[in-house]
Amino acid sequence: MKKVFRSAFTALCALGVASAPLAAHAKQMHELRFGVDATYPPFESLSPSGAFQGFDIDLGKAICAELATKCVFVSQSFDGIIPALEARKFDAILSSMTVTPERAKQIAFSTEMYNEPTALIVRKGSGLKPTAESLKGKTVGVEAGTIQESYAKTYWEPMGVKVVSYPGQDQVYADLLSGRLDASLQDSVEADYGFLKTSRGADFQFGGDVTYDPKDVLGSYIAIGVRKDDPELLKKIDWAIAELHKKGIYKKIEAKYFTFDVYGAPPANSMN
Amino acid sequence: MFDLAGYGPQLLSGTVTTIELSLLSLLVSFLLGLLGATAKLSKHRIFKGVATIYTTIIRGVPDLVLMLLIFYSLQIWVNDFTGWLNNLQSTYSFGLQLDPFTSGTITLGFIYGAYFTETFRGAFLAVPKGQLEAARAFGMRSGLVFRRVLFPQMMRHALPGLGNNWQVILKATALVSIIGLSDVIKAAQAAGEATYRSFFFICIAGAVYLVLTILSNGVLMLLERKYAIGVRRAVL
Amino acid sequence: MIEIIKQYGLAYLCWDGYNVSGTAMTLWLLVLSCGMGFCLALPLAIARNARSRIIRFPVWLFTFIFRGTPLYVQLLLIYSGLYQLNFVHQHVLLNDFFRQAINCTVLSFLLNTGAYTTEIFAGAIRETSHGEVDAALAMGMSRFTMYRRIIIPSALRRALPVYSNEVILMLHATTLAFTATVPDLLKVANDAYSATYDPFDAFTLAALLYLCISFALIFGFRRAERRFLAYLQP
Repeated sequence: MKKVFRSAFTALCALGVASAPLAAHAKQMHELRFGVDATYPPFESLSPSGAFQGFDIDLGKAICAELATKCVFVSQSFDGIIPALEARKFDAILSSMTVTPERAKQIAFSTEMYNEPTALIVRKGSGLKPTAESLKGKTVGVEAGTIQESYAKTYWEPMGVKVVSYPGQDQVYADLLSGRLDASLQDSVEADYGFLKTSRGADFQFGGDVTYDPKDVLGSYIAIGVRKDDPELLKKIDWAIAELHKKGIYKKIEAKYFTFDVYGAPPANSMN
Repeated sequence: MFDLAGYGPQLLSGTVTTIELSLLSLLVSFLLGLLGATAKLSKHRIFKGVATIYTTIIRGVPDLVLMLLIFYSLQIWVNDFTGWLNNLQSTYSFGLQLDPFTSGTITLGFIYGAYFTETFRGAFLAVPKGQLEAARAFGMRSGLVFRRVLFPQMMRHALPGLGNNWQVILKATALVSIIGLSDVIKAAQAAGEATYRSFFFICIAGAVYLVLTILSNGVLMLLERKYAIGVRRAVL
Repeated sequence: MIEIIKQYGLAYLCWDGYNVSGTAMTLWLLVLSCGMGFCLALPLAIARNARSRIIRFPVWLFTFIFRGTPLYVQLLLIYSGLYQLNFVHQHVLLNDFFRQAINCTVLSFLLNTGAYTTEIFAGAIRETSHGEVDAALAMGMSRFTMYRRIIIPSALRRALPVYSNEVILMLHATTLAFTATVPDLLKVANDAYSATYDPFDAFTLAALLYLCISFALIFGFRRAERRFLAYLQP
């Protein structure tokens, strides 16, 4: 028993040190940790083997390559991603986050990564449109913490639309498929590539882009978020993004995922 | 029918994570429980008070709430502390990362330490006083009394409660997937949502837990037999 | 803290502007699941002690499965798993039932607490003193009357301390409802946290409210124990 106890104690101490290293290292960036909500294909998702993959992930890796640092991706649900950044669980947010005035009060944003409008997905033939009148009495799913959640809660919920928030975008789709939701609101490219173009999205279609936004809930473009007390990192990331464009790496990665210019003009949904 | 769609390895590594997390949390809560029980039984009013507040609060607040509180807030406190350290000197920069696994271990250990405190308190009281007095009369120091007399006998009384706590901890690890740990449930959820076969994959996660429960029941029976050596049972 | 109370105080207590939420929702979940769990557990506990193995075994299997797996898994299975199955979709009644998140949540809660309660009551029934049973038989009671007048009242009284523990644990377990989009107390706290970026205040407020409910429950059960277990006091 004595031995067991002693070895157990040593194991505990060893594990305590191993799992929570009070890492003392010289002041130099040796890794860049990105916070990611990996439920948002084709931008960020997990492969069956559990590896991070997607457009954002490839861009992140390219940025790390430019900065000659190690890249680490940390899983984090979207609704807690800004506090987690503030709590220094990672150094930057790389998760299709749109710049909004509200968020810019909390954190700093890099230059543009790409741009996409917000769109509604509905069941084929339902004829629902992204307006409060059309959706009255219906149930709309959104991911918690997104601009789409703010949008639906600002403009639609007071008008009698039932808005349900989920911890991850994949759960929104799961309930859209199962029929609990009548529609879901998210970024249009994500909706197109991550859902409609997959086998699961066969019965669904775009209900249209959201255009009405007098209170500017939807913000502007998508960027990397960094803590305000870390301007050095922001400078480095901005420089790396510029380099990616200059060297043509951005175009190369873009071509791997999209057939249109995801940086400039957002794709029109008129084709649907 | 039994097609894992490439999610087999992730489910397996998730299962390993679940087991590791439960064992580590058990260890932490076990030690905290010993500490707590000793404090509760001590004559010092302050120790007693602290231990009582600890067990009361823990058993009054849901584990999930405590877990979220610790996962998000503890990191901020730790940062404040390391930031303060870094301000004192500038040669090194300290950092401490609480990933979901570490926070989960700390939280589960902290929560179930309170339950273990109660278990051990009862068990300590069940050891006959005469035995301790006899040991002291032999000239044993209090450390030796604890190790040779109190602890082994206490364990026999604590085992049923301990086994119960272990089963609860095992199941409580499920909550850690909510703060982002890639355990067996997270893997099952991911697989279910990607393949649209949630029912099947969640059943697998459930089966994993059932198997773990059955296995630990077996181990507990063996342990109970070991600690019951030398005890005469009444023949009915 | 004051900021959060000002902005979310009402949501924490009972109303988020569109739905019942917060403490009221948590209590409602607790009452529903414990109430129905109790009704489920009583007959099952009797069946668990039946002489026939054919009756005993399914009940044992039910409690074994529901006590051997985490409630979170059960909730996921009922909320996301069952509703994906085709036959649930095609059946009108089932479809209506499983479409509502709160129905799925309460169903999984009541089955879970039902399983634990069954074992608690079954244990109490098993430990009924043989003298009580002998006396009942000597009075010429039928088995049904004996259960109704002697065994069940006596077993329920003796099960009270353990049962009160189960209710408190169930209160803690209701926090899982927020994973199924039910706006309970923890969901409100989570919303407040993600809007204000202040985890400590948001979750501490919820913790305090849970603590109050726990204490109220413990107080209530103590009173009940003093009343119903008076005959067992030394």
